[in-house]
Amino acid sequence: MDRYRGNSQAIADLVKGHAVHRDVYVNAEIFELEMEQLFPNSWIYIGHESQLKNTGDFITSKIGNQPVLASRHRDGQVYVLHNRCPHKGVKIASEPCGNTGKFFRCPYHAWSFKTDGSLLAIPLKKGYEGTGFDADQAAKGLTRIENVKIYRGLIFVRLAKEGLSFEEFFGESLSTIDNMADRSPEGELEVISQPIRYMHTCNWKMLVENQTDTCHPMVAHESSAGTAVSVWEREKDNFTETPMAVQLYAPFMSPYEFYEGAGIRVWPNGHGHTGVSGSIHQDYEDVGGYQDMMVEAYGKERAQEILGDIRHNTIYFPNIMVKGPVGILRNFIPLGVDKTLVESWVFKLKGAPDKLYERGLMYNRFINAPTSIVGHDDLEMYERAQEGLHSNGNEWVNLRRLWEDDEPEETTEVVNGTSERQMRNQFYAWRKFMVQNMDQAVEAAE
Amino acid sequence: MNRDDLIDFVYDEAATIDQMHWDDWLALFHKDGRYWMPLEWQQEDPILQPSLMYEDRLLLTVRVERLAGERTFSQKPKSRCHHLMERPRILSMGEDGGVHRLRTSFIYTETRGDLLERYSGWVSHELVEVDGALQIKLKRIDLINFDAPFSNIQLFI
Repeated sequence: MDRYRGNSQAIADLVKGHAVHRDVYVNAEIFELEMEQLFPNSWIYIGHESQLKNTGDFITSKIGNQPVLASRHRDGQVYVLHNRCPHKGVKIASEPCGNTGKFFRCPYHAWSFKTDGSLLAIPLKKGYEGTGFDADQAAKGLTRIENVKIYRGLIFVRLAKEGLSFEEFFGESLSTIDNMADRSPEGELEVISQPIRYMHTCNWKMLVENQTDTCHPMVAHESSAGTAVSVWEREKDNFTETPMAVQLYAPFMSPYEFYEGAGIRVWPNGHGHTGVSGSIHQDYEDVGGYQDMMVEAYGKERAQEILGDIRHNTIYFPNIMVKGPVGILRNFIPLGVDKTLVESWVFKLKGAPDKLYERGLMYNRFINAPTSIVGHDDLEMYERAQEGLHSNGNEWVNLRRLWEDDEPEETTEVVNGTSERQMRNQFYAWRKFMVQNMDQAVEAAE
Repeated sequence: MNRDDLIDFVYDEAATIDQMHWDDWLALFHKDGRYWMPLEWQQEDPILQPSLMYEDRLLLTVRVERLAGERTFSQKPKSRCHHLMERPRILSMGEDGGVHRLRTSFIYTETRGDLLERYSGWVSHELVEVDGALQIKLKRIDLINFDAPFSNIQLFI
């Protein structure tokens, strides 16, 4: 039963701004359409260039539910390819990363492909002579994705042939990625370890919304951060300095007033961030020698500007979050309408002291791990919501906090930090990219 | 300390967790003791390589007190756990600076509501003697699938 397919009005009606219909979280057809429309129409993060240092290096990823791989070819370029043999559809690469040598070889029938995706060889080739194979899509090899952009080392891909350019799509929001990379004295980020992975039985958008939900930490995390603060208050006389761990946990218990003043900035196309003029990352202890390195690299004024930008969470719509000050990127990978894999990566700042990487890794395991007490608090809320939304008592999720009647949809603006504006901003973009070209696609099919 | 003392300590420590005698369990740790759950195969560095957990007594105390909190919603209903262990292998008996090392194969089960999650791996103990009693200097848990995406692990393996 298709309620939404080909019906862009029905999809648009799910987003009222100050409310969204629960079907965006629980309806399987909507999830399918997200995979067909929203993810292909958007620029999706698939990995970092530093994971592809050498010729033949590859990584695998997904865009929505479609498996892709990226590989470093001998011409030095990164190619992003559909991870599926043109013969029978078998995934060519199965591991998260590796080096394939000079070519990929399908494990099923030994079709082989160069690392730019082009067909290299098929065993017993004469069986295809005179069969018309040359005109098949299969003869071209692994299907290449044309719209690829590497920005400060981060690899983004748009599957749809037509759509917004990378620069149009992200606009000024790229300033957060810039700030994260600029925190390296060499201006470069590096991935040197695997992410922390955490399985969530909830819709992926709940996780994305939670990143700019500043009215939940002091409530949901009273159990974790609140306990950390109370244990520290009791025990601190036994310590000579405040441990890094306490510096990371304690700000989660900041009061509403703090978050109100810290502000939220929204950008067009669903991007936005918390922590405009203050954030939970602002009071970490200085790391010895780092300030001097930054001044040396950038000059005093610029170094202060970079380190003074302490943005909290930046949403890159649709499904990643970047935390500049601790060098973390979280990828919310949709697996099903109620199943989401979260992969949380820590970047190493090239040329910076190890202590910064240590802090990033510590933050990641405290907040983003299946063994994280803060994560336990959040997952409990998502899963209860996923169940609760099946209630027919109310079909709508309320997003009216600090709503204004004439709220503009495609704009750059700084608002009160406890506003639900960024969540609404994401849903305006969600509606836009869900229905983009949908009516044309339906007409073409008819 | 004889061999049985060391082996009994490992079994008793697990029993303390299964019985949820958290204060007794915390008291088994040396003041500089650590609980470490690596995220890489044969990981050597808990600081500059990612881990699932690397916690001192202060952080373990936070976890234990959180479990009892009135507003610890992820513990409604409370989790329970069960350790099934092979006989611990003694790797060294104090030859190395007074540290006793043991390695034990386990299957660990934890509940969350009606769900039952199972984890397998090896636990390594580094034990020292303080005032005639054994204390945990390091408890290291290597899961066979450390790199898989788990749901909540809220108690202690």
